Order: sequence, then structure tokens, then C-alpha cells
Amino acid sequence: MEILVCVRRVPDTSENEIQLNSAGSDIERDDLIYSINEADNYAVEEALQIVARVGGDATVATVGGEDDEEVLRREMAMGAQSGVLISDEAFSGSDGSGIATILESFVRKGNYDLILTGVQAEDGAAQVGGMLAALLDYPFASLVNSIEVVDGKTLKISREIAGGNKEMNEIDLPCVLSIQTGISEPRYVGMRGIRQVASVPIPTYGLVELGLDAGSVGESAAKVRRVDYFLPELGKGAEILHGTREENVDRVLELVAAKGGLK
Amino acid sequence: MTARMFAYIPHKDGIVDDCAFELAAAARKIDPSASATAIITGWGAELDDACSALGAAYPEIWKIANEALAYPNAELVRKALLQVLPEKSIVLASHDHFGIDLAPGLSIKMNAAFVSDVVDLAAIESTGLNLVRQEFGGQVSAHVRCDIAAGAVITTRPGGFKAVEIGSGSVFVVDKSVGAGVLTARRRYLETVVAEAGDVDITKHSVLVSVGRGLQEKENVAIAQDLADAIGGAVSCSRPVVDAKWLEKSRQVGSSGKTVKPKVYLACGISGASQHLAGIKGSPLLIAINKNPKAPIFQVADVGIVDDVLEFMPALTNKVREMRTVAAK
Repeated sequence: MEILVCVRRVPDTSENEIQLNSAGSDIERDDLIYSINEADNYAVEEALQIVARVGGDATVATVGGEDDEEVLRREMAMGAQSGVLISDEAFSGSDGSGIATILESFVRKGNYDLILTGVQAEDGAAQVGGMLAALLDYPFASLVNSIEVVDGKTLKISREIAGGNKEMNEIDLPCVLSIQTGISEPRYVGMRGIRQVASVPIPTYGLVELGLDAGSVGESAAKVRRVDYFLPELGKGAEILHGTREENVDRVLELVAAKGGLK
Repeated sequence: MTARMFAYIPHKDGIVDDCAFELAAAARKIDPSASATAIITGWGAELDDACSALGAAYPEIWKIANEALAYPNAELVRKALLQVLPEKSIVLASHDHFGIDLAPGLSIKMNAAFVSDVVDLAAIESTGLNLVRQEFGGQVSAHVRCDIAAGAVITTRPGGFKAVEIGSGSVFVVDKSVGAGVLTARRRYLETVVAEAGDVDITKHSVLVSVGRGLQEKENVAIAQDLADAIGGAVSCSRPVVDAKWLEKSRQVGSSGKTVKPKVYLACGISGASQHLAGIKGSPLLIAINKNPKAPIFQVADVGIVDDVLEFMPALTNKVREMRTVAAK
């Protein structure tokens, strides 16, 4: 099975306190720790496990810049056979639909049976997978948390729905699936593994290679744009305890007892 | 305004989803002088039951009855909607497991703008909508501008808009079933597998020690269990803890896990993603301990402590044990 996994390099929210720059036009990006988007990493692991079961190749691709090559190499160190950087000045300012349009043109250059994305990235939009499927006119399923290859034409998948329940579906190939975290256990990638793929060439595809019209992507085509960032209003917010740890422990126990806990 | 607004209403067993009234509220904010038309799909008596509940929020309801839509399959619902929606429509849906399945692809097929998981918005301007979303797990918000000249698909965060009842209560249903055409899908629903019960029922406990990514590793679950044992509660968790296989899925609080109504909720090393908060009901005393002072959990907690949970939890446990020993003497 030929599998394409669309990945993204993002600031790691578990490692960073996100601050705004003084103009509010962006977050403060100096000193941020970046990593592979968590759901995308699960998608790559799932692709590798499918390839291990039924054969084929897993390719990772990202729409971004030179800095984003590091996540491609990381995923190649995990076992992805090849990585592709999709990059062009003309792509900047693309909205979700623009990114999906760029990916669509790349998919059409290949012969993929299955395309995976993470369910969402740092903007929480959960949009590119569904858009890409619609542009390709492939079937789509979101929030996928298990995949079973039935035969060369069909997958049996489950989707995560409310209450921890699973919705089982059969889906025809080729298709696009957006992968939920927890579907698999992503393997560890050591520095040694990354060094081993350090010199593997990563081809770059731009506007011309993809045969895209500049007017169909980037800022000029975007129907949606971010005006600025701001800090959410705190509402009443929590009463922050500023005491010593011992004082805070005592206060918490008082509050819990007052609510009828600690019986 | 020229754009007509629609709200896609999910329902189950004849009962409409809570989002119906929130979407009506969002539509009112977009245009205070107009109402959205509800669109509802399904089959049989359940569909008619659901329609009759919508009069309280929508003056007009478009119903698409088709046996193929008895279970909501996003691919088929999309096909049906595309047959009946006028050009340049604004379509509202909920950012839930169905909306995530339906909405992005629908926007592409409509050639319309798409904005998801919206938490607030302002009244419509001639060709645009100004909306508010959150990014980076709720750590920052963003103003977003959306060009609606060709229509728009907007999904709203569950619980993000205060539900309103604005209809007269009378039900005006327009049957659009014929317009929806023949429906076949390349994705077929098989069955729903109900979540396993698990060893501990976190919904039955009045005190929850709930742990998140701040736990750092599986071995530290014991630290939370010690605290829960001392204090007389159970250990629950947020999604990353289940993803990392530190705890069973049955312990997860959130929209994709359990809904809990404890008296006391100790959020230990939990950042406070909206999907997690959606699982906490009944306004418990919410105490958050997190070493990141910017963690969104502090916006909703009653009491916050900026500290390392791996040190604070044992301190709390020791103190409780001390008190119990003194009391026993």
C-alpha cells in the first residue's frame, strides 16, 4: 500500500508557555521548542505499522519552509521511506483551503492508496484532511483511532465519537483519514536514527513543479485570515494561592473539607 | 443581508443535540434581525420527533428524510445538503465528531470559506464575518476575518454560545426530501462499539484526583493514586494520559471520554483543553495545580496553585495522612 502522511512542525505546547509579541501579530517565536505535531506523529506510526503488515511505502510530506525539514528527517528516522518538502514563497498566507489545494496537487502527481493527516495541529482547526479529500473527491473519515486493511480496495476503521464509543465504518480506497492521538504507540527516535537519514536527499516541490496557478493559493486566494492574536479574557479566573507549599496544602484541604470531601 | 443562514442539527433517538440552541444563538449574533433555518436529516418517526423539538429555536425547518440517512454518514449528509442549499449560504454546525467529519469538505464543495471551533463572533459586515477562535490548546485567542462573498461554513465550539429559545414554539417544516437525490456512499457505517466499563467508575465519585501530561511518566500514577486513597476519591485523567497508555480509557474525562459531576475536582498537571473541560459538569470546586502559570485551566478553576504536581501531590497526601493519624488518636 502506498501511503502519504501529511505532517507539520509546530511549537510544542506541552514544552512552551505561549506568549504574544508586542504587536499581537504573532506569538513570540524566539526560543520556542518545535516538534512534530503530535497527531501527525501518531499518523506516521500507524502508516509504518500498516506497511509492516501489508507491504508498500510510507512517504511524509509537509507544506512549509527549510526549517521544517527537521520533522521530515525525524519521521524518516522512524521508518518513513521518503520525505518531501512542499515549499514556495507563493504559498505563504494560505488558509486551510489553500494548504489543501497545494497538497491536492502533490497527491495528483503520485499514486497513493491512502492519505493520512493528524486530526488537528496547533491551530485546532481540524480542517485540511477533510478539505483535501473533498478536492480529490476521495472518501474521508475523521478522528480515526483504528485501521484494519480488509483487502486492496477497502479498510475497516473506527472513529472516536462521544463518550469513548467507537463508530465502525468500512471505507473504500483511495481515501483520506485524519488520525486521532492514541491510535498507536509512536516509536522512539534517537539521535543515531536521525543521523542515519541526515544525508538522504529531500526533494522540494514548489508552485512550478506542482503546476499550480499562483492565484489559487497563498494570501490572495485566502478567504480566511488571522487578524491578530490576543490573550483570552480571564473571566473571573482562579484565585491563585501565593503561599508556601505547606500553606497551599492546608488551604486546599480546608476547601476540600468544606465541600464535604475528606470523610 | 443577502446570505441565508442555515444550522445543521444532529439528533439521536428523536432528541435534538444541545447544539441546536447554541447554533440559533450564534446565528442571532451574526444577524440580530434574522433567524437561521434549521436543516435536519434522518429517517422515520425519530426524524419527525426531532423536528417538533426545533420550533423553540427555529421559525423554519428543512427536513430531508431518506432511509440512507437513518444513521448520519457525513458523506451522504454532505451530498444531500449540496442538493438543497442555495448559493452563498452561511452554514452553521457544531465542532463535534460529526461536524469535524462534515464541515471542511462541505466548505470545499460549496466553494465557501471555512472557520472551525469558533468561540465568539461579531455581527456580519457587508462581505465579511469577524470571529474568535483559540489556538495552542487555548493558550491564546485569535481574531479571524472571513470573506463570505461565496458563502461560509462555520463550526462553533460546543458550549461556546449561550443557548437561546427564540422561536414561537410552532413548528414549520419544509420537506426537502425529494431534492436530495439518490444517496450512495464510499464509506459505510457498520456499528457503534460502546466503551468498556473499566475497573473504576469515575462518574460515581465525589472527589476526583485528575491527572494530565504534567504527570510525566506512568510510574507517577501511583503518586496520584496515593492522594486519591488518602483523600477518599478516585483517579481520573485527561486525554494525553490515555494516549500514552498510563491509564485506561475509562478514566478519561472529556468530550471523547466520561462526563463527571464530582463535588471536588483536583486538576493536577492538566492544561485545560476545551475538550477536557466539556466533561466536567455540575460546577464542582475546581482546584488546579500546574507549573505553567499560563495554563488555560487557571481561567476556569476556582483555586489555582502554580507548582509542580509531582511535589505538591505527595505533600498533600502526607498532610492528609498526618491529619487522619492525629484524628485517630
